[in-house]
Amino acid sequence: MAASTKSSTDEFIKGLWKENPVFVQVLGMCPALAVSNSARNALAMGLATAFVLVMSNMVVSSLRRFIPKEVRIATYILVIATFVTLVDYVIQAISLDLYKALGAFISLIVVNCLILGRAEAFASKNTVVRSTLDGLGMGIGFAFALFSIGAVREIFGSGSLFGMQLFHDRFQDWVVMILPSGGFFTLAAWLLLFNWVKQRKLRGEDAGALALSEEAAR
Amino acid sequence: MNQESLWSIFINASLVNNFVLAYFLGICPFLGVSAKLGTATRMGGAVTFVMLVSSVCAFGIQALLVAIDAPYLKLISFIAVIASTVQLVEMFIKKFSPALFRALGIFLPLITTNCAILGLALFQTNKGYSFVQCIVYALGAGAGFTLALVLMAGLREKLELAEVPDVTRGTAMALMLAGLLSVAFMGFGGLGG
Amino acid sequence: MSHAIEAARPAQTSAWQMYRAMVGVGVVCGLLIVGVFQATLPIIERNKAEALRSAIFHVLPHATTSTTFRLDESGGFSAVEGDSAKGQLVYAGYDDEHALVGLAVEAQGMGYQDVIRLIYGYSFADEAIIGIQVLDSKETPGLGDKIENDTDFLANFERLDVALGEDSMALANAIVPVRHGEKTHPWEVDGITGATISSKAIAKILDGSAQYWVPRIQRNLEALQGGE
Repeated sequence: MAASTKSSTDEFIKGLWKENPVFVQVLGMCPALAVSNSARNALAMGLATAFVLVMSNMVVSSLRRFIPKEVRIATYILVIATFVTLVDYVIQAISLDLYKALGAFISLIVVNCLILGRAEAFASKNTVVRSTLDGLGMGIGFAFALFSIGAVREIFGSGSLFGMQLFHDRFQDWVVMILPSGGFFTLAAWLLLFNWVKQRKLRGEDAGALALSEEAAR
Repeated sequence: MNQESLWSIFINASLVNNFVLAYFLGICPFLGVSAKLGTATRMGGAVTFVMLVSSVCAFGIQALLVAIDAPYLKLISFIAVIASTVQLVEMFIKKFSPALFRALGIFLPLITTNCAILGLALFQTNKGYSFVQCIVYALGAGAGFTLALVLMAGLREKLELAEVPDVTRGTAMALMLAGLLSVAFMGFGGLGG
Repeated sequence: MSHAIEAARPAQTSAWQMYRAMVGVGVVCGLLIVGVFQATLPIIERNKAEALRSAIFHVLPHATTSTTFRLDESGGFSAVEGDSAKGQLVYAGYDDEHALVGLAVEAQGMGYQDVIRLIYGYSFADEAIIGIQVLDSKETPGLGDKIENDTDFLANFERLDVALGEDSMALANAIVPVRHGEKTHPWEVDGITGATISSKAIAKILDGSAQYWVPRIQRNLEALQGGE
């Protein structure tokens, strides 16, 4: 892929929706499902990943002329692993509670195909500014996707959001939502929703195109 | 040190806390490779082998890091070892079974980013397993991963031919299947404990 | 400089360039990691110590200060300083008058889903466990995790008898789990309906730990009382 020709804002926006890492590209699934059983955990994980993504994009992009292509993957992984280790210790220092909840998945950010993928596909071929924006967009898109999964799971599985009780005491928690299966089901539901919206749009466009061509034929 | 019996470790890793269905590790290959039964079994085998080798290496590295008191190098050394192991396995398979190499295609290098392998190394370190316990843990995890993959492949192959709503085709369907499998595996809870 | 390299770059990258890149990046990464590690280490140690302290005071009510003791090879206890001591440790809790309230001991074992880690408080005066706190558990949410919060279950541990037998080598009565509502003796643990395995696990963990520690602790009562 050659250097991007989009405008800077486009670089940023595409990661949020059109090329959303979780919902569209279906990357980085493991953390999306594993730590999203509460909104707080999901958001923390999303932001941690976003941080690593932005930093690694920045570094890879600034070093792109310096790293020979034979060793590029190894170097990228080295850089990513460094930032992940950093995030690991910083989270431990900020909140032991959060660290226990996220557990080994912080370290597993290093194998998130999203980060290596962006480094290889984008940061190695674009300027630092563009790469940073790309990282920011993808990172925020990822965090947003994780948050939406986590929020749904927490609302139905614990009757709360960020720990604040939402429903009456008699609300029966949908425990399945907090369990691993709940993660699978919630993500499947979101994907279903997006597929449905996309299909409606396509059908709408088809109908519109059909109408236009009928008009032209007349 | 850890008191768990070997049998309980194996059962735990393969069934009770299945790496894919309970820990969400290895989802990318799980969704990507599980469409065909043949590829699924081969992938499972390759992953189990890489897990075994990485587990042994991780045990050694952890011992070394404790000796030199550099715990912060854990992640980097683990991922370096895993990447090298996959590279070696790739060369090995290419030389001795070109057919298998072609069949696995792109998936082999993708094992490097398979969270299941790194997850295995990290979990066994956190639990403080002895050498033998590590090996059993790796075998159990690999077996569980293969089992999940094979089950999924079988189900998906059947569903390819069924009539399902268009919106569900693809990843959404695979995820719902995975969710159901995950609930089913919860039935193993308490086994071996 | 980078442009000159670009223009003159041969078709095959030289080994020197590869080493330079990898080693260069490696060194910078290494420095970064070590720097952050050293910077966060004191904070992390402090957090861990605080968490442990709050757990100790939770299972030893009325305790206000605590001293850590390590079990020696000889079977005696010696006080240890610092927050990150290694070895087999117990935590003595003292009240405002420096009288020994009890001892807090960590224990762990297999639960239903995964390993459960807990800390419990032992009182000499009552020869009983006077409180537990689950530190780490991955039990099923809504079912097994009731072991952490269910008031009826936790009431088991307000005075769980762990008196020593005649020979002072083992407990007079092992801690046994019983079905919910069937508790008749002070050394039984009333289970939680619907979380049988998790409740049994707690009983098993406590029994294993108490069988090991109580004889040793009782033999060294004076040493433990003297700490500050």
